[in-house]
Amino acid sequence: MNKHIKAPFVQEEINTLKAGDYVYISGTIYTARDAAHKRMYEGLERGENLPFDIKNNVIYYMGPSPAREGRAIGSAGPTTASRMDKYAPKLMDMGLKGMIGKGKRSQEVKDSIMRNKGIYLAAVGGAGALLSKSIQSSEVIAYDDLGTEAIRRLEVKDFPAIVVIDKEGNNLYEMAVKEYRTI
Amino acid sequence: MRKIQVSEITENIKEMCIEANHFLTKDVDKALKAACDTEKSPLGKQVLTQLQENLAIAGEDMIPICQDTGMAVIFMEIGQEVHFEGGLLEDAIHEGVRKGYVEGFLRKSVVKDPLIRENTKDNTPAIIHYRMTAGDKVKITVAPKGFGSENMSRVFMLKPADGIEGVKNAILTAVEDAGPNACPPMVIGVGIGGTFEKCALMAKEALTRDLGTHSSISYVKEMEEELLSTINKTGIGPGGLGGTTTALAVNINTYPTHIAGLPVAVNICCHVNRHATREL
Repeated sequence: MNKHIKAPFVQEEINTLKAGDYVYISGTIYTARDAAHKRMYEGLERGENLPFDIKNNVIYYMGPSPAREGRAIGSAGPTTASRMDKYAPKLMDMGLKGMIGKGKRSQEVKDSIMRNKGIYLAAVGGAGALLSKSIQSSEVIAYDDLGTEAIRRLEVKDFPAIVVIDKEGNNLYEMAVKEYRTI
Repeated sequence: MRKIQVSEITENIKEMCIEANHFLTKDVDKALKAACDTEKSPLGKQVLTQLQENLAIAGEDMIPICQDTGMAVIFMEIGQEVHFEGGLLEDAIHEGVRKGYVEGFLRKSVVKDPLIRENTKDNTPAIIHYRMTAGDKVKITVAPKGFGSENMSRVFMLKPADGIEGVKNAILTAVEDAGPNACPPMVIGVGIGGTFEKCALMAKEALTRDLGTHSSISYVKEMEEELLSTINKTGIGPGGLGGTTTALAVNINTYPTHIAGLPVAVNICCHVNRHATREL
């Protein structure tokens, strides 16, 4: 089913989404990948605040290529989510509602998605040029020194993604593979 | 003795880094189109269509095909009649990568130290493999390698008794473990034989072979075809979202090995199987 949803996420909208749904996201999302997660996590351990309010927000696991002049962003596809598995449950417990990436997640992440009624979505890996067309603006808001790994605030319009793990813990990767497996 | 200025190497490598990150070779295009026609999953078909749209946008608007513009792997085949002038060849290669990534708006994805992890900010150093050949030509292949798929690659030190079935199982295991992480449809490069490092290098080189071409050794060709068919029955599908297109090709290279060993390396690449080759 194709649905249009707003970001930051609204719980009532998330509640209607099922693994396998195709969604178009519009609104504000944030990027963070390996180095930014490590830095946020270490900051929290020292008792510092996160660089943005993550309540009901969405993190897109993505580090873009540089933007050419006049463009909002360069190529902007998802990176492998499992590298952020170590950090995701804590962020979800603090209010993070959704994650966009690609690839498998750990049981701990799946548990935290269910516990927090959150969601994990995949964007198509290797389609960074196409996905960049849904990003209207990009602004570095923290960790500028990390280059492509800095935290960015993105304004997106009809950003295409697929629900992989819904709030009930249904996992599209497991369901879909079974359907087409013939060995 | 033919003289080549190393500045010529720099300029070519710069251009090839940019070219490889925006345009795939025709064989990949063709394989994606063919896959789109045969894919059974509607969502899988949609993903394959998006990948083709993505390629068109990348070329028209000069946006890299994938934001992970890779670590630059460079294969240098140097005729032994060639003499380089104007500086060190190795410096010239790194300079070509630096210029390509900085001037070409490509992502800087290289960290100076594997544990301290400070970005070098120009995507150097490159990974360079040299081979001496006959004649007075220089053949350069630039193959930027993304790490979503690189991370899912494996080396298996099998026993001779494991035989061909053991090899097939190892390859299938690597592919199934990779699943959605490696951005399927994948291209599978395999090296069988040699030593620990030789089989890994062969697997990487196998990725630069055109999709749809096969090994000249008949049993290896059969393995390539059989494995591709089996991999496409795993159900992983485009984007790992289920379907009948999990890989576009399995390319296998082999080499003599030791009486005690059967090394197998599986280098997985996503559909963004980038490489550009020039002969000077």
